[in-house]
Amino acid sequence: MERTQQHRQVAHMRQSLFDQGLLDEQFVQLEELQDDANPNFVEEVVTLFYRDSARLVLNIDQALDKSPLDFSKLDSYMHQFKGSASSIGAKKVKSECTLFREYCKAGNGEGCMKTFQQLKKDYAVLRKKLETYFQVIFHSLLFDKDGEN
Amino acid sequence: MGFGKHSSSSKISALVVDDDTIIQKIHKALLTKLGLEVNVVANGKEVLDLYRSGTSFDLIFMDMEMPIMDGLEATKELRAMGVQSIIMGVTSRDLDLEKEAFMASGLNDCYTKPLTISKIGSLLQKLKKKN
Repeated sequence: MERTQQHRQVAHMRQSLFDQGLLDEQFVQLEELQDDANPNFVEEVVTLFYRDSARLVLNIDQALDKSPLDFSKLDSYMHQFKGSASSIGAKKVKSECTLFREYCKAGNGEGCMKTFQQLKKDYAVLRKKLETYFQVIFHSLLFDKDGEN
Repeated sequence: MGFGKHSSSSKISALVVDDDTIIQKIHKALLTKLGLEVNVVANGKEVLDLYRSGTSFDLIFMDMEMPIMDGLEATKELRAMGVQSIIMGVTSRDLDLEKEAFMASGLNDCYTKPLTISKIGSLLQKLKKKN
């Protein structure tokens, strides 16, 4: 695949993440912080997010298993999770966090559980799409290097 | 351009105070890109330890909620010690009451997380004009 086509593929993949409502402006902020001194900054931050948030997902899962539900604890965990999701521009995940917190405030356990199931799905989908996106970027950079040689 | 009286380099010195490793990484990168000299600590107690050891910073970006010592307590202590550094609160809390309480602890201003290039750029412009 020639260089221009590679770049188009990267651009198209990137745009579709925004068009699908998965990412917001904060992701663009992260991209603006990537430079020669920090060439993998965006991928590093995303990796850090998935590493750190795994513990929170587990905590929330365990808290949702308890009876009666401790909505204050659930809200606190989700507040942290939402903060992290916001940091990487994970728009859809962030909005599900907000919805979850509304259910917490309303004391609606079923709402919390359903929302969290959906949140976990979208969290996993985003991870997969970003992993693929970063792989395509990596290959396009390799292709650029080969082209220069 | 140093704003703190202890600053020996030409760069503004900044301290990021946050227990969230993602925020630490993002805010450090952002402030470094804007030309600041940046250090990072994870809670309010670590800030106090630094100041008590004689280290100081021109700007402190203080998270509100942290383990061991939170941003409100740390800010109150710093001001009680006579610290004149500019302290900017950084919080993901939405409620005005919570932000007001944070401001009342001695902040110069308060931002919603995460910081962005435009937010900090505006702050730096204001500081330049003031000095």
